[in-house]
Amino acid sequence: MSLAPERVEARLRERFPGVVFERQRGEAVRDFTLFVPAEHLVEVCTFLRDDPELAFAMLSWVGGVDHLPRVPRFECVYSLLSLEHVARVTLKVRVPEEQPRVPSVVGVWPTANWHERETYDFYGITFTGHPDLTRILLPEDWVGWPLRKDSPLGYEEVAFTHNTPGRMQPSPALRKLAPKKVRYRAQ
Amino acid sequence: MTLNMGPQHPSTHGVLRVALELDGESVIACKPVIGYLHTGMEKQAEYKTYTQSIPQTDRMDYLAPMSNNLALCLSAEKLLDVTLPERVQAIRVLLTELTRISAHCVWLGTHAIDIGALTVFWYCFREREKVLSIYDMVCGARMTASYFRVGGLAMDIPAGFLDRCEKFVDEMPAHIDEYESLLTKNPIWIARTRDVATILAADAVAWGVTGPSLRGSGVDWDLRKKEPYSGYETYDFEVPLGSRGDAYDRFQVRVAEMRQSTRIAKQAIGRVRAMGETGEYRLRDFKYVLPPREEVKTSMEALIHHFKIVAHGFFPPVGEAYVPIESPKGELGFYFVSDGTSRPWRMKVRSPSFVNLQALPVMVQGRLVADVIAAIGSIDIVLGEIDR
Repeated sequence: MSLAPERVEARLRERFPGVVFERQRGEAVRDFTLFVPAEHLVEVCTFLRDDPELAFAMLSWVGGVDHLPRVPRFECVYSLLSLEHVARVTLKVRVPEEQPRVPSVVGVWPTANWHERETYDFYGITFTGHPDLTRILLPEDWVGWPLRKDSPLGYEEVAFTHNTPGRMQPSPALRKLAPKKVRYRAQ
Repeated sequence: MTLNMGPQHPSTHGVLRVALELDGESVIACKPVIGYLHTGMEKQAEYKTYTQSIPQTDRMDYLAPMSNNLALCLSAEKLLDVTLPERVQAIRVLLTELTRISAHCVWLGTHAIDIGALTVFWYCFREREKVLSIYDMVCGARMTASYFRVGGLAMDIPAGFLDRCEKFVDEMPAHIDEYESLLTKNPIWIARTRDVATILAADAVAWGVTGPSLRGSGVDWDLRKKEPYSGYETYDFEVPLGSRGDAYDRFQVRVAEMRQSTRIAKQAIGRVRAMGETGEYRLRDFKYVLPPREEVKTSMEALIHHFKIVAHGFFPPVGEAYVPIESPKGELGFYFVSDGTSRPWRMKVRSPSFVNLQALPVMVQGRLVADVIAAIGSIDIVLGEIDR
């Protein structure tokens, strides 16, 4: 029996009357998406996982989004999956630029570990309470947060005559690489 | 003792480093270290149109390019809110099931070679080669297919394609019997995989494991049945399940899945044939898909659409979409955030290998070093997809 997303929202409002849940609306928001205040994230997630009527036992993925001119700038997206009731719910947490901090949900779903590290790696969002918040995909000495919108795409410049002085003249180092004379046995 | 397995170790299926803390031969702690193949595909996608990202997806899980194409296209199509013709859906199902067979062939061959059974590898790669020539026939590339487009297919299937697929699908069950005759009752194989790298159902769910690795633990979760896409609900097939959650169960689940895939592919071939060997291969909504080449030469309207689509791409409405599919490795999905322009504001890839690999320490804790090899093989990872 499939679980209606509206039922999830109603159940959450019933359990957390003091918390403001905001349904994301938009022309093409195709999945049921709910904004959750960061300070209530962990308890909401624990409830979603443990309530038998909801049973969101699996966290499918966590990701970040940078809406640069917008304030608050970042969003943290959690895609939850209920195997028992065949339902998906997307939770979102707004994250301000000055203090990009979100409580970690590793205690609720251990799978959040790598997803949160990836989000930290890409956006510099810190997950408080994470056991090992280090870079995961980028080298550990990397500077900057590559998926932020103000981070340039970056590439290696191709050497042309106009940007490489002395390009027309082979450098002395290259001259050393002249092909060796090969002596064959037959000669 | 701390031992580094990888990054250049043949049994790590790519560039994976596993840092092992050992006491003699038993594993005290295990930490997979990834990122050696990171090429920033998610960042690059923000600078490309949706269609331009399709060739990137071939390079993620390079053993299952068609599944990746499908996942991207389905998410973009959900964003656009379009429904595809049945013939297109049937061709997609046919090709993704062939992809599953070939991906499982590579998995079985390399998994067996890790454990020391060299022969299986040659048999599996022989069949995989046949699928690759089918790719070659349909789109001109053996591995980097990029055959699916948002709103349909790049081109129609060629003449004789269905016969060739049918021949392959008919032969395949006998080949699977061959693999099984080499492994299923082989005492060495059983000794190396039975009760090795066990993960219980509850742990697998908590660690987000999906695909055959989850079904090996006995959890009945197949997205083709539970959240059907591309018309999978109309096909007749079974979802094989394991019970113990060990490497041997995952082996049996995948082998049984290959048999089911031949069944689905057979049905899909029948449907495509019933709808015509040539016919509709994409939507006729030229705001999203290229108009046919012949029309571009004769119709002004088609020429304008052609120009607009090639120059800018299509413009989805402002919003978000995520469609998970059952790729050979597990739940694969692309999460798109659209800001109304022709380039995605954000493309997040939920790759199954990334999540499944995370469960490796759970599987090998307290086991022997040799079991780590069996465990890595049995999860079926592709580093291109993990590092993206």
